[in-house]
Amino acid sequence: MLEQHLAALPIILPLIAAPLTLLLGRSILSWGFATFVSGCASVVAWQLLLAALSNGALSYAVGGWPPPWGIELRIDAANAFVLLAVTTISTLVLIYSKDSIQKEIEAHKHSLYFTAHLLCLAGLSGILVTGDAFNLFVFLEISSLATYTLVSLASDRRCLTSAFRYLVMGTIGATFILIGVGLLYMKTGTLNMLDLANRIAPYESSRTINTGLAFVMVGVSIKLALFPLHMWLPPAYTHAPSAVTAFLASTATKVAVYVMIRFIFTIFGVEHVFHEMNIDLILMALAIVAIFKCSYMATVQSNVKTVLAYSSVAQIGYMILGISLVSVTGLMAGLIHIFNHALMKGALFMAVGAVFYRVGSVDIKAFRGLGKQMPLTMAAFTIAGLSIIGVPLTVGFVSKWYLVTAALEQNQWILAALVLGGSLLAVVYIGRIIEAAYFQDLSDTLDPNDIKEVPLLMLAPMWTLVIANIYFGIDTSITTEAATSASEWLFQNHNLQEVSP
Amino acid sequence: MNFINDYYNYWIVVFLMMTGFYIVISANNLVKKIVGLNIFQTSVFMLYISMGKISGGTAPIVAEGVTQYSNPLPHVLILTAIVVGVATTAVGLSLIVRIKRAYGTVEENEFENKDDAI
Amino acid sequence: MAEFINLALLAMLALTALRVIFLKDLFAVVMLFGIYSFLSALIFVNLDAVDVAFTEASVGAGISTVLMLGTLALTGRTEKENKHSSVLPLLVVTVTGAALIYATLDMPPFGHPDNPIHQHVAPRYIEESPKEVGLPNMVTSVLASYRGFDTLGETVVVFSAAIGVISLLGFRRREENDTPKSGLKEHHVLRVVAKIIIPLIILFALYVQFHGDFGPGGGFQAGVIAAAAFILYALVFGLPLAFAVISPKFLQVMASFGVLLYAGVGLYSMSQGGQFLDYNKLAADPVAGQHYGILIIELGVGITVFAVMLSIFYAFDSQVERSNVQ
Repeated sequence: MLEQHLAALPIILPLIAAPLTLLLGRSILSWGFATFVSGCASVVAWQLLLAALSNGALSYAVGGWPPPWGIELRIDAANAFVLLAVTTISTLVLIYSKDSIQKEIEAHKHSLYFTAHLLCLAGLSGILVTGDAFNLFVFLEISSLATYTLVSLASDRRCLTSAFRYLVMGTIGATFILIGVGLLYMKTGTLNMLDLANRIAPYESSRTINTGLAFVMVGVSIKLALFPLHMWLPPAYTHAPSAVTAFLASTATKVAVYVMIRFIFTIFGVEHVFHEMNIDLILMALAIVAIFKCSYMATVQSNVKTVLAYSSVAQIGYMILGISLVSVTGLMAGLIHIFNHALMKGALFMAVGAVFYRVGSVDIKAFRGLGKQMPLTMAAFTIAGLSIIGVPLTVGFVSKWYLVTAALEQNQWILAALVLGGSLLAVVYIGRIIEAAYFQDLSDTLDPNDIKEVPLLMLAPMWTLVIANIYFGIDTSITTEAATSASEWLFQNHNLQEVSP
Repeated sequence: MNFINDYYNYWIVVFLMMTGFYIVISANNLVKKIVGLNIFQTSVFMLYISMGKISGGTAPIVAEGVTQYSNPLPHVLILTAIVVGVATTAVGLSLIVRIKRAYGTVEENEFENKDDAI
Repeated sequence: MAEFINLALLAMLALTALRVIFLKDLFAVVMLFGIYSFLSALIFVNLDAVDVAFTEASVGAGISTVLMLGTLALTGRTEKENKHSSVLPLLVVTVTGAALIYATLDMPPFGHPDNPIHQHVAPRYIEESPKEVGLPNMVTSVLASYRGFDTLGETVVVFSAAIGVISLLGFRRREENDTPKSGLKEHHVLRVVAKIIIPLIILFALYVQFHGDFGPGGGFQAGVIAAAAFILYALVFGLPLAFAVISPKFLQVMASFGVLLYAGVGLYSMSQGGQFLDYNKLAADPVAGQHYGILIIELGVGITVFAVMLSIFYAFDSQVERSNVQ
């Protein structure tokens, strides 16, 4: 019986679990329940990906009303792939957070943390699974509100100002998306994504529709932290609790990249966006600046979380670069990097959180000597760091490989060189930290007996991600098949079944 | 003249949106930023509702003798959007209260100076 | 005549918004925002959006203004001098505004019945919903049934706001002897009038809740109005008494219950063989099923909105020092 409702489960499960978690109250119970629900959501996501790869697309009419009068949930290879990444990272972070939040969030707020996490998961899942443009806005706001709450749970007062700046910028972004959707609705009369695609197509160059596209693009760019609208990200990632950063860095911005992909490919269509409005050039230029400026910024920070935050903005630049190449390989590179980056950054932020757990600081100086004191954590950090650089046998290499291939397909030698150049900067910012860990001695103020490895519940998810980094770096069949399938599907035009005028 | 008649509604709404937007991005005081955000959002609601109006129509509630109803769909969308707006305002204002307690000020330039700039 | 009213209201809105930019007294700014919200509600009525006007007046002019005033009580009434240059914001705003005006150039004209949005999707709501769903108020049919999933999302947004506010502010309990003067108890007129009005407000809230099928109204407006009654009680008689009437803990349970009730209806439809939130499966006769479904989910919405709005007010109010209430 559950089979026919599979498409709705990723939303229903965390959505119902969130108020229940609040009612459960006590930390252990709410943790256990939240982790269990997130795990179920991951299993559902896996099933959905398998179904999407074999059947094409799944459609679910909520309320029994056929689209476009009712709201449709639509799963294809693209969103199923991202959904799998989001739900799996969510489960791993929840396992990790049991111990991690002991040192970062006040005890009486723990059940609120788990409730907010589930709300965020419900919101992100909703964005991924929905086939209705306004429904997307609603779930975007659910996930955003939950995110602002999560960021503000830390004990450092700077998390408050970071959360506020994030709130203002995020709401401006969401309002721009609302304006854009409104302009589209005005010319077409529908909110269903495929129906919008059908009805936008006849308009050759309507000012309203083009402006609608522009507003949606700007709004989504704020959410995905595309340079120069990325200013909210470094403070938010730096000052949020470690488990929260690990979750957000791997999911929130990636879902926004998916939204951009969905609007460009499914709603507006490749010809309109890229060939008529030349958005690909704008995206390409911004992506390149993002990669270099932010990789550079990462090299000069003293707070390791800020290093990784700027690195994230740079990595998002890579994803956007892939999209701006307007080819199946380019889009596939972008999609696979969404998945791979989640694995890399998730592991990195978990490792940094582990350092905070033992040492109490995440300045580079705090990492000195940890190669000996916390060998497993630093090994995890090193491998994930190598992945960010793009060393062969890691997923980072796979992403860069496909990105370079896509660039070379179009004889863009300069772009390929730039991609590799970004890796050089990554060597610097990752290298500084590894050098401190392995080649310098433990700080005098710390007692070596205190600085041991972190508990198993923090190590296990960290190493799961690290092993995934290596596994998917060697056996790329699953990820490349999913990403290629998704990319090819997105490049085709699809029609809404049962369209009635 | 007809052209102006057809569109002046939208132009004024755009002006209101931009006023609200200006307040958000230029205000130094955080409470004023939230007020600006609300003005911005309320004006967007007016854009949607203006679309739904039909001249000579009436509210979309079935009544005797009415032939022309205005479009109910924008109304539904905006009902949702209003609630989303107040939810964001509530969380934003709570953050402001906490910031005041932690920093002693809610003027952006003042607490930026108290922290290291990132 | 309607055109003239429309123009007048829009002009007043523009003046209000402009004034906000230049005022330094934040209390006046918030009051102007309340006025802005009320004027918008009037414009919505003029544009036939009665449900929206109702919600904007209660939520925008009501709750938002109250929360902003509550914040001002804690953060101070005046804005300090702004030394930022306003060139960049002005530039950004001008570019964005120009883009929007550009977009209006080939928009469908205002008010014409053959605009695209009146030709597709909406006709079914207008023509079929009285038969398929059986309610006179088409907005409620669309909100609660056709697009019920959006409304579930909206309820969860409200719930998320509660989580956010509770985690940020919590409820500071005051010691009994800590508050010499609580509320406005010395003002006899306020006390007497409040005692008369509060039950009427609650009655009105219940009316709005259940009458939403037939006229403007529904769960959101009802929840906010009911919360207003209790907020009035808390303002006049003091927070400790209000906590005794409805405790914050109970409100958290209520808020969770409302969301679960709404989602529960969806699950029940699934168990009866339909899709999530398919009300046709709730009873033997589909239209009766629609009525049951809408009744219960609106109740869920009303309960959650009431609990959340009141919790948020409690959270803000318990931060304010109560030593010198005039």
